[in-house]
Amino acid sequence: MSLTGLFLVSFLLVHLSGNFLLYRSDNGDAFNLYSHFMSTNGVIRVLEIGLLAGFLIHIFTAYILTQRNKAARPIQYAVSASNAKVTWFSRNMGLSGSIVLVFLIIHLINFYFPFHYGYDTYVDIEGTSYKDMYTLVATVFKNEWWYSILYILAMVLLSFHLQHGFASAFQTLGLEHKKYTPIIKGLGTLISVLVPLGFATMPVYFLFFN
Amino acid sequence: MNTMNLTLKIWRQPNAKAKGEMKSYKISGINDHMSFLEMLDVLNEDLQKKNEDPVVFDHDCREGICGSCSLVINGRPHGPQQTTTCQLHMRSFKDGDTIYIEPWRAKAFPVIKDLMVDRSAFDRIQHSGGYVSVNTGSAQDANNLPIGKEIADEAFNSATCIGCGACVAACKNASAMLFVSAKISQLAMLPQGQAERKKRAESMVAQMDAEGFGACTNTGACSAECPKEISMANIAMMNREYLGAKLTSEAV
Ligand code: HEM
Ligand code: FES
Repeated sequence: MSLTGLFLVSFLLVHLSGNFLLYRSDNGDAFNLYSHFMSTNGVIRVLEIGLLAGFLIHIFTAYILTQRNKAARPIQYAVSASNAKVTWFSRNMGLSGSIVLVFLIIHLINFYFPFHYGYDTYVDIEGTSYKDMYTLVATVFKNEWWYSILYILAMVLLSFHLQHGFASAFQTLGLEHKKYTPIIKGLGTLISVLVPLGFATMPVYFLFFN
Repeated sequence: MNTMNLTLKIWRQPNAKAKGEMKSYKISGINDHMSFLEMLDVLNEDLQKKNEDPVVFDHDCREGICGSCSLVINGRPHGPQQTTTCQLHMRSFKDGDTIYIEPWRAKAFPVIKDLMVDRSAFDRIQHSGGYVSVNTGSAQDANNLPIGKEIADEAFNSATCIGCGACVAACKNASAMLFVSAKISQLAMLPQGQAERKKRAESMVAQMDAEGFGACTNTGACSAECPKEISMANIAMMNREYLGAKLTSEAV
């Protein structure tokens, strides 16, 4: 759970920084070259398998953990109030994770599969022809506004997930120390706000400013 | 002194196999200086006078040190104060209040009768390694075994766990990690605990899992409800001890 979770965080950071190329004012050339590289480079393709495995293991262990924890309390309390000092985020990791999962599947259908199967709009960059992923991203965000809304909503839930998840992973691994734990918690809050916010700027940009 | 009238909703279950239910009781003339358990004593005297079955609940020392008293009161283990039920006073409630009283809820803590649960799972975890098996002999010179002040304090804090099980009752996963981690950490920090350190972490965690407790997701509800304020740092330490032991111990 903790290891795959942190691995997925590292993916988010790379993915976000790549996607920021959308903001280069070069008609999407940099983004298209980047998409091409990410989808064809052998090393990246191998890492992609690792990423898929990371997601599957994370989701599978989350499922096992949730089942086990449910089984540990077969009869519920009539009144339950032990949550006063406990964050909503920490109690609803399954909910936030599941919504992120639904989003991920729609996200792959929208952007990942078109590159590999079907989508065939090309652009010419310095004499070579590349799939025009930039235009795909721009049209999806603009024309399918419901997708943009879902995207932003999913980022809010991803933020909730990381709000607890990032620091929790360190505690699970036993990495707790008077000096470093406050730093880890601060970093967790920073990442959980900035990373989803960075992703969420993209649909907003294409919906309103492009 | 104030007196109050209360409505109690209490979990009644005649035995381990029977299906229980919440039952309602009216009680009057409760003195606000009474402890919560004394209030239940008054209820039980009333019930006995009426030839009804008194409510069974655990208690022993009634001074907050044995960990026998339990009870989830209005949804919180040991009620609205972060203390044991025997140390909770009726002044924490108001005249006319309705109070819900339930047993600790966990698969590993089956109800014996009414509000009393079987916590021998904790004993079995302790028996699996929560001790030092070498004979310590007669008392040594005080400074024969130097232990740093901070370590001594931390080990003492962990040792204050009274094994009441409020951590399990509070946790949404019914996890016993706060209890087990306090026991593992206490001995892992002291020189006497070193010889069996790895074996202890491995077997106590294995016993904890075998008992059917849930797994920690770091919500912190346990520590927030613990009458002895055992800190979550113990759980991190146990995770460290356990991972380290799994990686390096001789047990295959
Ligand atoms: C980009 C996607 C994701 C990232 C970066 C991520 C990250 C994390 C991290 C860092 C943790 C903490 C691990 C620990 O405490 O040991 C975690 C826990 C968890 N994740 Fe994810 N996760 C993602 C997607 C998902 C998905 C798709 C699901 C479910 C279907 C999910 C379900 C869970 C659950 C149930 C837990 C936690 C248990 C808990 O501590 O309460 N996650 N995640
Ligand atoms: S009866 Fe001993 S701690 Fe409450």
